[in-house]
Amino acid sequence: MSPRFEAVIGLEVHVQLATRTKIFCSCATSYGAAPNTHVCPVCLGHPGVLPVLNREAVALALRWAVAVGATVPERSIFARKNYFYPDLPKGYQISQYDRPISVGGLVPFRVDGTVHRTRLVRAHLEEDAGKSFHPESGREAATLIDLNRAGVPLLEVVTEPELHSALEAEALLERIHQLVTYLEICDGNLEEGSFRCDANVSVRPSGTTVLLPKTEIKNLNSFRNVFRALEFEIARQTRVLEAGEPLVQATRLWDAGTGRTRVMREKEEAHDYRYFPDPDLRALEVPAHWIENVRRGLPELPWDREERLASTYAITFDDARILAGTRALADYFEAAAQAAGDGKAASSWVLTEILRLYKVSSDGWSGVRVPAAGLGKMVRMIREGTISGKIGKAVFAEMSETGQDPETIVLARGYKPISDPDQLREIVAQVLNEHAGPVRDYLSGKEAALKFLMGQVMKRTEGRATPHLAQEAVLAGIEARRSETSP
Amino acid sequence: MSLLALPASTLAARVKKGEVRAAHVVEESLARIESENPRLGAVLHVGADAARETARRVDDDVSRGIDPGPLAGVPILLKDNISTLGMPTTAGSRILDGYRPLFDATVVEKLRKAGAIPIGKTNLDEFAMGSSTENSAFGVTRNPWDMTRVPGGSSGGSAAAVASAMTPVALGSDTGGSVRQPASFCGVYGLLPTYGRVSRFGLIAFASSLDQIGPMARDLGGVRAVFEVIAGHDPRDATSSIQAPAPARTGPLRVGVAQELLSRPGVETAVAARLEEAAQKLERSGAKLVPVTLPDPDKAVATYYLIATAEASSNLARYDGVRYGLRVPGETVESMMRLTRSAGFGREVKRRILLGTFVLSSGYYDAYYVRAQSHRALLRRAFLKIFEGVDVVLLPTSPTTAFAIGDRTEDPLAMYLADVFTVYGNLAGLPALSVPAGRDAAGLPVGAQLMAPPFGEDRLFAAAEQLEGTGV
Repeated sequence: MSPRFEAVIGLEVHVQLATRTKIFCSCATSYGAAPNTHVCPVCLGHPGVLPVLNREAVALALRWAVAVGATVPERSIFARKNYFYPDLPKGYQISQYDRPISVGGLVPFRVDGTVHRTRLVRAHLEEDAGKSFHPESGREAATLIDLNRAGVPLLEVVTEPELHSALEAEALLERIHQLVTYLEICDGNLEEGSFRCDANVSVRPSGTTVLLPKTEIKNLNSFRNVFRALEFEIARQTRVLEAGEPLVQATRLWDAGTGRTRVMREKEEAHDYRYFPDPDLRALEVPAHWIENVRRGLPELPWDREERLASTYAITFDDARILAGTRALADYFEAAAQAAGDGKAASSWVLTEILRLYKVSSDGWSGVRVPAAGLGKMVRMIREGTISGKIGKAVFAEMSETGQDPETIVLARGYKPISDPDQLREIVAQVLNEHAGPVRDYLSGKEAALKFLMGQVMKRTEGRATPHLAQEAVLAGIEARRSETSP
Repeated sequence: MSLLALPASTLAARVKKGEVRAAHVVEESLARIESENPRLGAVLHVGADAARETARRVDDDVSRGIDPGPLAGVPILLKDNISTLGMPTTAGSRILDGYRPLFDATVVEKLRKAGAIPIGKTNLDEFAMGSSTENSAFGVTRNPWDMTRVPGGSSGGSAAAVASAMTPVALGSDTGGSVRQPASFCGVYGLLPTYGRVSRFGLIAFASSLDQIGPMARDLGGVRAVFEVIAGHDPRDATSSIQAPAPARTGPLRVGVAQELLSRPGVETAVAARLEEAAQKLERSGAKLVPVTLPDPDKAVATYYLIATAEASSNLARYDGVRYGLRVPGETVESMMRLTRSAGFGREVKRRILLGTFVLSSGYYDAYYVRAQSHRALLRRAFLKIFEGVDVVLLPTSPTTAFAIGDRTEDPLAMYLADVFTVYGNLAGLPALSVPAGRDAAGLPVGAQLMAPPFGEDRLFAAAEQLEGTGV
């Protein structure tokens, strides 16, 4: 973007809380059921029904609040946000408004090695609405409504507007996604809408603190789209400013197909939601001991784990960040590293081979058949010279098919290493006899010939020759031939 | 003598002893409704088959030695904003014409378990918004004491039904006086329980923070028996209370008398006179009278109408034609919703939705809603303070006796003032009981109102016992 301008960005992230039942009734929250099958009089907004708060949703929201270091007020209030929409059954959404459950806090993340600590305004509990469909064909023009999602619990996280690039916004969103999955408060599924984001962006002359009319961009259903939409919108607003034209506060919809945002509604059309405290629900009181229990039950947070992996296993911070990407990966790595007794070696297997297997797996981690302890044991066997690196590759390939223990595979396949000096001497003698040229080369100072001869030994032993013993035997054999060939 | 003239508890006792069959009681009640309702318009729907079936089960229980419960065989009518399985529930509105709930209200479940027999649904002002039962989409209800007069409202159907002995007891709902004022107009007992004492689950909401379901009966024992059945914590209502009733008080009853209310303009002389007599009667039976000054009733009415309409505007947003009830087709979903609501709601309901929407609008919210809430808190504190010195407060239920049908329909403000003495209880969350206290010169019933601190229903019953026999 033009250096004359800078962007100011804030995110609103809707995190679907991983409760079994909805926030105010006992309908299931599971995704993908036939339309309008996870509904009851309460979430359909029938006359006379009343909401009853699901404590599980509160417990999950508290995990978030404690993890980001937010303040949890003693009392928070559910309000009604009033507006008419066909997929909003009661004509209002129950949502925390001026008294949310989580106030402040911050989320640290990195972009290009720089640490950012974006402060949070708040996080509040609310119920989701249903979904409307507008099929273009059919018997007649109709709006179809599925209320399975109506009443599913959401935590809306609002950041301070202190991000300054699309890249930062994308990185923060990824960090929040990582955190909610670490905390196991959300399944993090973007395709199913369990994790959604709106972004507020405005542009202003660099170095100023003015706030120009902002755009709220909706429909950002992937990390990449957050980046693309913000890039587009920042460029668009910059062009408007450079042309000396006024900006208009608006809500815009991102269209991933065209790569553009388009106006959904402008400020004049903004709703008056007529918020007021929901008289059907009492204030939510969270006593200090509940928060303390939540604190004790928290897992290690991603940023702490990154630091610890890097320092404990002597790996680079970049590698540690990848390995700490998800709890499952980090757990896997740590189990492997401990079994291997060598974090660095374990990390290179996990970062390459295991991640490759994970990527092609059709059912996540359960599709990765190599057990972490098995991988670690194999790495240890290589390190201790029990098998060669080459055999290791073959053992790994078999582990990835069968999930068997590496020792079992080595035994069954006869991958037993050859370390008997007599046997090695015999094999080396054969190799040296067949390759008199390279032997001469080595003797005349071409050290590279040694590598060739070792390769031949390995080839003949199908990689089973214990490398350092084989090399000793080769060198000894060559020395013996030096005296033979010299006058 | 008709079985329906018996107090509910006497009737239940006879059914339990096998002296009277529930089936017979139900037939009498059905016959009475059939003969009286055409002229009164009190009942909107009769569930005869289900009532007969329930009566048969009660009689079976009795014959097998099983106790059917404290209300065994007692037929009961329910205001038509209380959800019932097997019977329509319309809230007196065209927008819910033909709507059948998928569940019983908690109070209905409790009544069935206690052996009571829900027999039909009674008329009301649409969504309980009114003080005369003239705002129903299904016709007016008439006062059994004078057919040219209103029965009060909004639970006018239940009041008229009980007064005309269709059933010994009925349920109403009270948001600003809707049980007590019609009880007063029709010469029966009507109780507003402490807010949270009776579950609202299944009560079609008018103003959630003010609504309570309350019993109505021709005798004090009937009100008490029904109240004891329907009261109690309900996990389906987050505002229902787990607090235990206040302990009974010993020693002479201290009655706060709100003397200055009686001389307010608009308070009929007969009403003031009957209240004086009630106070004297209490004193004669050993009570100590203590003059008290209640918070400004005009401010209370203003506060009430701000809060009630605000909550109503939101509570009634769900009637949009999308999922149930009336739907008027339109070009777009939005126009369908607009047409449905325009056709489905009556004038008074629309007026209150508009008022409430205005009260909650940005720019007005603080001046109206927030101020009303803080006044409400002050009012509650003032009452709690008053109850430090007295056990109950005595005041009129309504400034007037039943007014003529059509008298106030063109003057909403005059209609709203009918609630001037009843909104206290709802705003402060206090229990209050309207007790028959004699008649005016035209023979119309006057009601005396007793109020008590939260969870003090037993004090109301104790005080009302002293007044028994004063009534009609």
